[in-house]
Amino acid sequence: MSLDSVVIVGAGHGGVQVAISLRQEGFGGRIVLVNDEPGLPYQRPPLSKAYLLGKINATAMLFRPETFYADQRIELVHDRVAAIDRQNRRVMLDSGSALDFGHLVLATGAHNRPLNVPGSTLGGIFGIKTKADADFLSPLVKQARNVVVIGAGFIGLEFAAVAAAEGAAVEVLELGDRPMARAVSPQMSELFRAAHEGWGVKFNFRTGLAELEGEDGKVSAVTTSDGRRLPAELVVFGIGVIPNVQLALEAGLDIDNGIRVNSSLLTSDPHISALGDVAAFPCVQNGENLTRLESVQNAVDQGKLIAARLVGKPAPYTALPWFWTDQGNLKLQIAGLSIGADNYVTLGDAAAQQLSVLCFRGEELIAVESCNRPGDHVFARKILARPPALTPATAAAPDFDLKAWEAANRP
Amino acid sequence: MPTITFIEHNGTRHEVHADVGQSAMQAATFAGVPGIPGDCGGACACASCHAYVDDAWAGRFAPAEGTEYDMLENVVERQPTSRLTCQLVVGADMDGLTLRLPAAQF
Repeated sequence: MSLDSVVIVGAGHGGVQVAISLRQEGFGGRIVLVNDEPGLPYQRPPLSKAYLLGKINATAMLFRPETFYADQRIELVHDRVAAIDRQNRRVMLDSGSALDFGHLVLATGAHNRPLNVPGSTLGGIFGIKTKADADFLSPLVKQARNVVVIGAGFIGLEFAAVAAAEGAAVEVLELGDRPMARAVSPQMSELFRAAHEGWGVKFNFRTGLAELEGEDGKVSAVTTSDGRRLPAELVVFGIGVIPNVQLALEAGLDIDNGIRVNSSLLTSDPHISALGDVAAFPCVQNGENLTRLESVQNAVDQGKLIAARLVGKPAPYTALPWFWTDQGNLKLQIAGLSIGADNYVTLGDAAAQQLSVLCFRGEELIAVESCNRPGDHVFARKILARPPALTPATAAAPDFDLKAWEAANRP
Repeated sequence: MPTITFIEHNGTRHEVHADVGQSAMQAATFAGVPGIPGDCGGACACASCHAYVDDAWAGRFAPAEGTEYDMLENVVERQPTSRLTCQLVVGADMDGLTLRLPAAQF
């Protein structure tokens, strides 16, 4: 029996991509996209930067206009899925209705790891995950004089750059000893530390959050783990995310730091797929270990792969991971996964804020981080996607150039 | 509302009504033009919205520079009129603009 309907839970990058790609692949059946947020599906990256600054409006963040969904017969349902009835291949919605599915795609994403200290329910404390978060935050950033950021990851630092540009005094609390420590090399951390300090951002490394103090229900100060008190009218936290696995867990699907999927992105139920931030998949760039990636690229490429499989073109997921973050005048683009890197070669000039860090594990190039060297990033993606391997010795030679090497070694 | 024509590599034409102020990439994705994924959403981070400005219009646009220029260095079949359409802001004077798409993105 051919597939007659696909229900997609979650309308972020991954969920929307599945719907769009299914139609592009010629799928003629019913497509239902269940969105638990109001409005049309939108892109998340601008929430912590361009949209927050008012540089783009809400329409510019949309994936597609309303007419597109109607034209493509993609049904947008504004509801929450309450339960999955695997036996009858049906999802139950909060509103009381139900949706039958031939195949179900779980693109439920992740939610912010919450602050777990006294005072965290005060006003003026924000994570940035949805358009509603950014809408609340946007006017406050322009007014706030003292801002504290909890966590020096991508989101925290993107926000710190925005707040500093708006003229606030910004203090960043970070448990680790350098910015973006989980994601980038020490050399790249150092470039970003220096840049942020140049914008007036103050870092507090090896420092946690002990308590949030308030006045009239709003945050007024932050107490650090080493007992200091920092004034703050606005606190933004970005301390990681937790995958939204509850539905899958209750439905009895295998869970392992996310919904466990195989190399085709199928869950333990052959009628259910999962993708994006919520899915833990065997990642070829990480030694086939179950890996959960939080990125636009991963959600989009996984969405395309699932759509292709559903129309009869199965393939294992092998796409090269890549990421980006914009902070102030710095554009950082990362190709590959640097897990286990033990040898670094740099190209460019950190002082000029144009630096690429080639990350090797032994002799193997596994990732390239490029700050304001977008050409390097594009070449790195090609080089990492296939052999022959670039060795550290070659990369460290004087006048080494990624573009020239890629051209000379192109198959 | 300017109309922009996107011509796929196989010759298929798509006439798209664009809003002034949006990017040509967004006009294309909003209209579902195949061949312009625009994976990064217009952040000039992925180089998947490459197109050639039609010769008749080529002189009307400043050449790519900065990040866009660097990203274009490695697209498939770069030409002198290559642009990343996420960086082309639609103006009221762009009615009739034609953009041709390469055989493949990236």
